Amino acid sequence: MADINRPLSPHLQVYRPQITSILSIIHRATGFFLAVGTLLLAWWVISAGAGPAAYSSFDWFIDGWIGRLALLGFTFSLFYHLCNGIRHLFWDIGAGFELASVSATGWLVLIVSSGLTLLSWIVGYVMRGAL
Amino acid sequence: MAEFTLPQNSKVRPGKTHAAPTGAKRTKKFKVYRWNPDDKKNPQVDIYEVDLDSCGPMILDGLIKIKNEIDSTLTFRRSCREGVCGSCAMNIDGTNTLACTKAIGNVKGDVKVYPLPHLPVVKDLVPNLNTFYAQYKSIKPWLQSESPPPPDRERKQSPDERKKLDGLWECILCASCSTSCPSYWWNGERYLGPAILLQAYRFLVDSRDEATGERLDNLEDPFRLYRCHTILNCTKTCPKGLNPAKAIAEIKKMMVERQV
Repeated sequence: MADINRPLSPHLQVYRPQITSILSIIHRATGFFLAVGTLLLAWWVISAGAGPAAYSSFDWFIDGWIGRLALLGFTFSLFYHLCNGIRHLFWDIGAGFELASVSATGWLVLIVSSGLTLLSWIVGYVMRGAL
Repeated sequence: MAEFTLPQNSKVRPGKTHAAPTGAKRTKKFKVYRWNPDDKKNPQVDIYEVDLDSCGPMILDGLIKIKNEIDSTLTFRRSCREGVCGSCAMNIDGTNTLACTKAIGNVKGDVKVYPLPHLPVVKDLVPNLNTFYAQYKSIKPWLQSESPPPPDRERKQSPDERKKLDGLWECILCASCSTSCPSYWWNGERYLGPAILLQAYRFLVDSRDEATGERLDNLEDPFRLYRCHTILNCTKTCPKGLNPAKAIAEIKKMMVERQV
């Protein structure tokens, strides 16, 4: 029995994605983007301190579509990680484990974090006078 | 380290198709994972067209019909056929459950049947659960007490104390939850997984058990308990409707409570 090269049964390949696992992996991904986004934030602050020449190169980047896309991702990551983090805090005290609440709070997190992202972008564009 | 793809010898290839008997009116395709240690080939998915008019209502009925009438080499575990033994746990239609309590009618489209995920395959739908059972043994799943029982009667439990065991004692150790957990897939050798942790909690909250401290010491480890990241696939998939994730959260709470 021991010398047989046994296959490993399929896992990710066959397991149906569901709200539990998808939201969990998004939480991880947004945590990662937040870490990367913090570098962006640091660049912003440092360049602002370093003077107009340094700031203009940051400004050129963040004003382009890649910069805006990164910022959009960062905004969503921030709100999603925050909202889902609150969900985790409830789990830490042993609350919200019934399947119905897991699914309801999951959708709530998605809706609220998307809403807050949209809202902050609208506010941002209004303040720039672009809307 | 997590490996997201299957090793070369585990990649699944298309297999044989067994057509429905002529004259069958209502048929369902069963796509079943097959691997035979004797023919030194990769696993494959065989397709069996089952005549539903002469088949029982459950997935297990379909598998037994295939074994009896189409292909006697198909290998799977089964015993009680009523959801109390846990033998026929497998991955059906993308989630882990018991073949005997899952209705064929509840599966849309073809019925895809795989062994429980991320385990070594013994044959076809039979996975090797040795690690799982060794982990069960490691939590000492029996009542431990220093004090002698009353001489004239059993150790008593109040109705409230007994109530704490509800939702825990019903676990049949089918391993559906543990093998639905990505954390258990990636760290199954060191993380105990939802089923074993639910069992651990069953003894932690039993009023008759006096080894709570040692039990918690044994779980106080970055891997054994704390690889649970509250993904909740376990609770979602439990065929008995239990809540392993909640039990794990309660253990984590006990860990904190004993330190304050």
